[in-house]
Amino acid sequence: MELSGLLAALVFTSIFAGIYALLCLGLNLQWGFTGLFNIGIAGFYAIGAYTTAILTTPPSPYHLGGFQLPIPVGLLGALLTSGVLAYLIGKPTLRLREDYLAIATIGIAETLRLVLKNEAWLTNGVQGLRDIPRPLPGAFGRAYDLFYLGLVVGAIVVVYVASERLIRAPWGRVLRAIREDEDVAASVGKDVFRFKMQALVLGSMVMGLGGGFYAHYVKFISPETFNPLMGTFIVWVMLMAGGSGNNRGALLGAFIVWGLWSLSDLVTGLLPPPLDTRASYLRVILIGLVLQGILLKRPQGLLPER
Amino acid sequence: MLQLAVYGVISGSILALGAIGLTLVYGILNFANFAHGDLMALGAYLALFFKVGLGLPMWLAFPLSMLSTAFIAVGLDRVWFRPLRQRGAGVVLLAISSLALALILRNIIRMLWSPQARYYSRTIHFPFTVPLLQVRINWQQVLIFGVALGLVILVTLFLQRTKLGKAMRATADNFQLALVSGIDTERVVLWTWLLGAALAAAGGILLGMSVRLQPIMGWDLLLPIFAATILGSIGSPYGAMAGALIIGLAEELSTQFIPTEYKGAVSLLLLVVVLLVRPQGLFGGRRR
Amino acid sequence: MAGDDVILVVEDVVKRFGGVVAVDHCSFSVRRGTITGLIGPNGAGKTTLFNIIAGFYRPDSGRIWFEGRRIDGLPPHRIFARKIARTFQIPRELKRMTVLENLMLVPEHQCGERLFDAWFRPRRVRRQEEAIRRQAEEVLKFVKLDHLRDAYAANLSGGQKKLLELARTMMSEARLILLDEPGAGVNPTLMRDLVGYIQHLREMGRTFLLIEHDMDLVMEICNPVIVMSNGRLLMEGTPEEVRRDPRVLEVYLGA
Ligand SMILES: Nc1ncnc2c1ncn2[C@@H]1O[C@H](COP(=O)(O)OP(=O)(O)O)[C@@H](O)[C@H]1O
Ligand SMILES: [Mg+2]
Repeated sequence: MELSGLLAALVFTSIFAGIYALLCLGLNLQWGFTGLFNIGIAGFYAIGAYTTAILTTPPSPYHLGGFQLPIPVGLLGALLTSGVLAYLIGKPTLRLREDYLAIATIGIAETLRLVLKNEAWLTNGVQGLRDIPRPLPGAFGRAYDLFYLGLVVGAIVVVYVASERLIRAPWGRVLRAIREDEDVAASVGKDVFRFKMQALVLGSMVMGLGGGFYAHYVKFISPETFNPLMGTFIVWVMLMAGGSGNNRGALLGAFIVWGLWSLSDLVTGLLPPPLDTRASYLRVILIGLVLQGILLKRPQGLLPER
Repeated sequence: MLQLAVYGVISGSILALGAIGLTLVYGILNFANFAHGDLMALGAYLALFFKVGLGLPMWLAFPLSMLSTAFIAVGLDRVWFRPLRQRGAGVVLLAISSLALALILRNIIRMLWSPQARYYSRTIHFPFTVPLLQVRINWQQVLIFGVALGLVILVTLFLQRTKLGKAMRATADNFQLALVSGIDTERVVLWTWLLGAALAAAGGILLGMSVRLQPIMGWDLLLPIFAATILGSIGSPYGAMAGALIIGLAEELSTQFIPTEYKGAVSLLLLVVVLLVRPQGLFGGRRR
Repeated sequence: MAGDDVILVVEDVVKRFGGVVAVDHCSFSVRRGTITGLIGPNGAGKTTLFNIIAGFYRPDSGRIWFEGRRIDGLPPHRIFARKIARTFQIPRELKRMTVLENLMLVPEHQCGERLFDAWFRPRRVRRQEEAIRRQAEEVLKFVKLDHLRDAYAANLSGGQKKLLELARTMMSEARLILLDEPGAGVNPTLMRDLVGYIQHLREMGRTFLLIEHDMDLVMEICNPVIVMSNGRLLMEGTPEEVRRDPRVLEVYLGA
C-alpha cells in the first residue's frame, strides 16, 4: 500500500519532469547549441497548450471551439502555432544583438499572457480551459499515469533522437560555430540568420509540444500556469544545472531539478499555515541562489558539452 | 485626449527614472539587467517600511529609501555581479543571473511585505479641473510629476555639468574609448549603481503613490523601461528620458483605441517597430 | 592589356565611423594570380577596407566588383559564395570546437546543413562528411597542424591560431583570399612556413590580397604593393618602387 502510493507519486512527478525535459531539449537547441537567448519559454509553452486545448475540447459556449479534433491533430496544431510565433519574434530580432531576442521573448510571453487573460471569447480568460481530453481515457485503469508517462517518454525519445541527429550533422556544426562566433560563421559562407531562425523555430516547436503534453495530462489550463517562474526560469535552471550543449545533460537537469523542486514542495506543504506560504517564497529564493551558484561554480553543468 | 496625454506624461516621467538607471548600467556594464524593475519595487517597499513601519513622514522616507536602495545595489553588484564579471562570464550569463536576482528580490518582498497590494496612505485625492486646459488632475499627481521632473532635471545637470557625470556618459557610450582615455571606470561603475538605483527607487515610490505597491510591480515595469531604453538608444540617458516619455504617452493614448488591459503590450509593439526600423534606437549612431 | 586579368576592382570607396573617415575615396584593383600587398601605418584603414570587401561593413559610397560583378552591399555569406575568403587580424578561432571541426565547417553546399537531409538522408550526409574530413586532414597536414586535429581550438598557441585562420581559407574554393596580418606575432620559423604556404597556394591559382607589417615579408612575396595612409591610397607600385618612395618613408616615420 505504502509502496504503491510512493510509486504513484513517482510516476506523477516523472510525468511533469518529462514535460520539462521536453522544454529543456527545446531550449538546448536554442541556447545550448546556438546561443539564442530565449527567456519567454512560457509563451511557447502556453501557446502550445492552448492550441491543442482549443482544437481538442468539446464545443463550449465559453471559448472558441472546441473543435473536438483528435489529440494528434491538436498536438500538430501546437507545433504549428508555437513555430509561427517563434518565426514572428525571430524576424525582427535575430539579426540584432543577442539580448534583443531576450527582451522580445519576455515581451511576447507577457503579451500572450495578457491575451490569454483578456480574450475570453478565445480562451475563457482567467477561468481557463477545462475538459481537455486525455488520450485513451478509459483504458489502463489505475495504471493510466504509467501509460501517460510512457507517451511522454516516447515524445522525449523522438525529440532527443531528432535533435541529436541534427546536432551531430553539419547543421549542428554550423549552429555551434554561430554560438562561438557568428562573424566567423558568416565569413565562411553560412547564412547565420537562416540557421538561427531554424534553431529558434524548432526549439520553440518542441516547447509547444511540451505545452500540449501538459494540457492533455492536467486537463485544465489557465494563464497563471505559464508564469515566468514555472514557465521559463525553472527551465533555465534545469538546463544550466544539467549542462547546456548536452542533450543528456538537459534531460538529467530536468529530472533532478524537478525532483528537488517537488520534494521541497512536499516539505513546505507540511508546515503550518503562515509558515507554508513564507516557505514557498523561500523555495523560489533558493532556486535563484542555486542558479547563481551554478553560474559561478560550474557553468558547464553536471554533464559538460563533451 | 489631452487628459490622457497628461497622464501619459506623468507615467512617462516615472518610467524615465527607471530607464535612466537601466540605460547607464546597460551602457557601462554592457548587460541587460533584468533585476532593474525589481530594484524599483524594492525602493518602493523600503519607503513603505520607513513611512508605515517606522512612522516617518514621506518627505523623509523618500530620500531614505533612495539612499538605502542605492547602497543595496552597490552591495549586490559586489556580491552578485562582480564575481561573475571576474570569471569572465559573457553578457548573456550576466543577464540570466540578473533574472535570478530579480526573482529573489521579488520573493523577498513577498516574504517581508506579503503578496497583497499595499498603499502608502489611504487618503483619497480628489481631482480638480485645471482652468483653460480642461484637464482633471489631483494634487498628488501634480506632486508626483513635480518630483519626477525635478529629479530628471537634477540628473541632467549632473550628467552635463559635473566631471563625474560626463565621465559616466562617455563610459556608457563607449566603454573601451573611456578606458583608454583614462577615465577611472571602477569609480564610474560604482556611481552608476548608486545613481541608477536611487533613481529606480524614486520611480518605484512614485509609481507606488500613484497606483499601489505590489510585489509584481517590478516585473511589470521591466518591459516599458527596456522599451524606453532601446527606443532611446542603449547607453544614452537623454534618449532613455525621451523613450520613457514616448512609452508613457503611447500607453495612455493607446487606451483610446485598444482595451486598457493591453496597455502593457504597447511597449512590446513600439519595441518591435524600433527594432525593425531603427535598431540602434532613435538617438544613437551605434551599430548592432 | 593582355594578361591583365583583373579579379577585384575597388572604386571610390568611403567609410566613416562617426567623425573618423576610416576609408577615404579608395580606388584600386587586384590582378588575378598576384599576391598584392596592402601596407600602411596602424589606423590607415586597411582592416576596414577588408571588412567592406568581405561584406561585414557596407560602404558609405563607392562600388566594388569581383570578377566583373558588383559585390558591395552583399552580406558576408553571399560574398563567400562568390569565392572570396578572408581571415581576421586577431584570430577568431571557434573555441569550443576542435581544430578539425573548425575546418570541416567551411565547405559550401554541405547537404547535412539542410534539415531534411540531416534527418532523413544520414548515409548521404555521412559520405559527404567523409570526403570533407579527408580534405580537412590534408589541409591540416599541409600546415602541419595534423597532430592537433582533435584539440580544442581555444588551446592552440597564437601562431597556431594564425595557421588555423589560413587553413580555413584553404578549405574554401575561394579564388581571392584576403589575409589580414597573417604574420603578426608569428615566430620566424613559422613565418618561413607561412611564406611557403602562401606562395604554394598562389601557384595553385589563388589570388591574395595581403595586409602585412613585416616589410621583409612584403618585399619578398608581394607584387604589386598598395600603400594606404589615413584612409587614402598613397601609392601603388613594385616593392622596389615602394621602398624608394619618400612619401612612404614619411608616413611610416610620421606614424
Ligand atoms: N568599428 C569601428 N568603429 C569605430 N571606428 C573604427 C572601427 N573600425 C575601425 N575604426 C577606425 O577606423 C580607422 C581605421 O582602422 P583600421 O581599418 O583598423 O586600420 P588598420 O587596419 O589599417 O590598422 C581607425 O581610426 C579606427 O579607429
Ligand atoms: Mg588592421
